[in-house]
Amino acid sequence: MLKDITLGQYFPGNSFIHRLDPRTKLIFLVVFIVALFLAVNWISYGLMLVFLLACICISRIPAKSFIRGMKPLIMILAFTAILNLFFTQGETVLVSFWGITITLEGVIRAVFMLVRILMLIASTFLLTYTTSPISLTDGLESLLGPLKKIKVPVHELSMMMCIALRFIPTLIEETDKIMAAQKARGADFESGKLMERVKALVPILVPLFISAFRRADELATAMECRCYQGGDGRTKMKLLRYKLRDFKAFSAAALLLAAIIVLRNFGL
Amino acid sequence: MASFLQVKNLTHVYSAGTPFEHKALDSVSFCVERGEFIGIIGHTGSGKSTLIQHLNGLLKPSSGEILLDGQDIWSDKALTRQARFRVGLVFQYPEYQLFEETVYKDIAFGPRNQKLSHEEIDKRVREAADFVGIPEDLLQVSPFDLSGGQKRRVAIAGVIAMEPEILILDEPTAGLDPAGREEILSNLQRYRAAKNATIMMVSHSMNDVARLTDRLIVMNDSRLVMDDVPAKVFDRAEELLAMGLDIPEITRVFLRLKQMGADVPSVYTIDQAVDALRKMPGGMRHA
Repeated sequence: MLKDITLGQYFPGNSFIHRLDPRTKLIFLVVFIVALFLAVNWISYGLMLVFLLACICISRIPAKSFIRGMKPLIMILAFTAILNLFFTQGETVLVSFWGITITLEGVIRAVFMLVRILMLIASTFLLTYTTSPISLTDGLESLLGPLKKIKVPVHELSMMMCIALRFIPTLIEETDKIMAAQKARGADFESGKLMERVKALVPILVPLFISAFRRADELATAMECRCYQGGDGRTKMKLLRYKLRDFKAFSAAALLLAAIIVLRNFGL
Repeated sequence: MASFLQVKNLTHVYSAGTPFEHKALDSVSFCVERGEFIGIIGHTGSGKSTLIQHLNGLLKPSSGEILLDGQDIWSDKALTRQARFRVGLVFQYPEYQLFEETVYKDIAFGPRNQKLSHEEIDKRVREAADFVGIPEDLLQVSPFDLSGGQKRRVAIAGVIAMEPEILILDEPTAGLDPAGREEILSNLQRYRAAKNATIMMVSHSMNDVARLTDRLIVMNDSRLVMDDVPAKVFDRAEELLAMGLDIPEITRVFLRLKQMGADVPSVYTIDQAVDALRKMPGGMRHA
């Protein structure tokens, strides 16, 4: 059951997008999100959507995985859409009941917001689906590199992130195992009142924390055995280098941003 | 009369309908009678763990059924819950599921979930602790202050305290020193003798299963490939070796002797080996 969580899982592949430098993809994502918030009309939204769909096609990630990933977010999406639907002031009243009015402007705004959030999520998924956690943290470390000048422990932060990502599947597996073991002793997680259910978590959480600390200890020892002592003077086996394809991607991002700004300012 | 526990055409598919689909069990069938001591062997990933998690209703079969006293444990919710208690399952490294403040409370977790009376719980906890050789004065200690072997025995006591009719253990001796292993194995035998309980044990130690069990179930590639008394199973030593499984050391020695032309029978315990050697012409001379 817990294994079904696919949020942000990496799909190994060899598409154009997979092979891009992680830094390119990170910058690209930032540009895309900025463009998304600058977009104001149907044409620019259409342009963004076409662009995103093209990227998804190029990545060869099945559309199904995107839809599966969105499922846990349905509540948030519905909430946003409904808020916008009911609380947007406007001229053209469509329906009016129990003191609530739904206006044409409200409907349009709700659709806009929904599409915007969906694209925001889909683009983030595209990044994590096509980039392994290790290269992602590598890219992040390299991009944040300048912050080292003002004493931000960039390497340590990215190492922590890398370890955290690495241990998510391990801890999920561990949780599954502990749950099975406690169920075998008659523990019941599915019924009972709220307080009983909360109490039922104790037999899972205690062993889980203990094992997490044990693993942390073991990992720290293993790292120390290999003389790990932070980022100073540490070289990389896989150096990140921009290639021709990265410049192509940068050009595409720049073009997209320019187009959106033009559309915004001249209201075509 | 129907067998105590019957497994019929059990098939289990993980992540059905996704690219990660994997058949972990493929039409497995066997019966278990009361009081038997059964060993389950098979290399890693052969489906042993998936199999035993079906027997107490933790996993639901993709197809096939599990009958306890002739009743399908999935036919009714109450029966599924009953199966949890009637079939006690001790996982691999069970010491990692200890969570209570004291050893006593941890062993009492199972019986408490069975909604037994206080007196009954108290009786069972003390009895279970006694079966696994945990002395009275350790009951009020935190389980996290115990040694590895003691923790393991407390965890096993936690399952024994539910008084299951079948006790299933997944590699109960993994990672213990020889003394610890011997202790746990003799505890199991004592428990079985006292309660006429059925025991099923997953193990990688061929010496242990050869010595202790009445019957062996061999799993390979999600299928049940052998189900027989140890003597018959170890007679097929070459097949076991081809599956990447081990055979008892003494069986290996005798197999080699046979290959070298000696007229020796197949054996699988030290006692049998001694007997066989004594019966050989001139064998008594050195005895």
